[in-house]
Amino acid sequence: MTPSDGPQSPSPAPDGPVTDAWLVIPLYNEAPVVRDVIAQARRVFPLVVAVDDGSVDESAAQARAGGAVVVRHPLNLGQGAALQTGISYVLERTDAPYLVTFDADGQHSVLDAAAMVRAARDEDLAFVLGSRFLQGPSPVGWLKRLVLRTAAAAASHTTGMRLTDAHNGLRVIRRDAAAQLDLRQNRMAHASEIIRQLAATQLPWREFPVHIAYTDYSRGKGQSLWNSINILVDLLFS
Amino acid sequence: MSSQIIIQVLLIAAVAVVGWTMLRSPGGARHQAGRRLLTLAFVVFAVAAIVAPSLLTRLAHLVGVGRGTDLLLYALVVAFLFQILSSFRRNAARERQITRLARRVALDDAPSPPSP
Repeated sequence: MTPSDGPQSPSPAPDGPVTDAWLVIPLYNEAPVVRDVIAQARRVFPLVVAVDDGSVDESAAQARAGGAVVVRHPLNLGQGAALQTGISYVLERTDAPYLVTFDADGQHSVLDAAAMVRAARDEDLAFVLGSRFLQGPSPVGWLKRLVLRTAAAAASHTTGMRLTDAHNGLRVIRRDAAAQLDLRQNRMAHASEIIRQLAATQLPWREFPVHIAYTDYSRGKGQSLWNSINILVDLLFS
Repeated sequence: MSSQIIIQVLLIAAVAVVGWTMLRSPGGARHQAGRRLLTLAFVVFAVAAIVAPSLLTRLAHLVGVGRGTDLLLYALVVAFLFQILSSFRRNAARERQITRLARRVALDDAPSPPSP
């Protein structure tokens, strides 16, 4: 199916709701914030699927209260697995032309996401990747910046795509590109894997400058730098 | 003294093989057959070591190791690495199966999207 086969939604006005894209939100133990994140996001993206990755708190109920369709993993598998489940849901159960991967902790901006969908539509792009380093200074420590830059350089080298931020969770993916994804990295290494698989589609793409809100909450939940070692081992050995 | 190089080469080669196969995707029947042959060789080696300890020591001297027990220890270390490798592999394969199963269950139980 090509994007033009999707529902014939008129291009929404810049500030109107985006009805031709589903937000895919992997969710694991984010009960304190997820209801607000989803309720806020739904003002721009009314269609939201949250994949509850076996949370042990009230995350699923909170996400439902926020207005998302909630798909529940019967056990915890990891963020990569949740993302793939969300992508499969959009492909199997809807005919939406686009999907947007979005984090549950509220660090992404819905307006950035809407602008990225608009760019994908206007420029006929199969995927648009968020980058926190394209525009202006970003509040990232030097060590984290170094690790992220190294990851981006490695991803650029292996895929031939020139990337500035390989580990940004905000991505717009068109249906035909999403159909070619098969994420096998269940945990955090999926970020590198998704880039590699998208690159393999040979479809047109670009990066898009986005802002990341580093709140105390997202900082506390965010990945520690130690995790980059785990990601490396996962990528090499499985 | 200089014959020590033989055991060093053998051990480094064995460890390198473990490392290299870790990086490669698991092969099918050939991979499994290879593992079984290795296990068999190890059993023969162990029996020989028990029946004729002096044989083991002679073999050890041949490759530049002082004592037969040392050679046995080296072989054990390599065998242990192979064991780690194969259980790592099995775990990864099992995890993929569980993931597919859990995803199917989750998607089959998922609510329908809101009708426009």
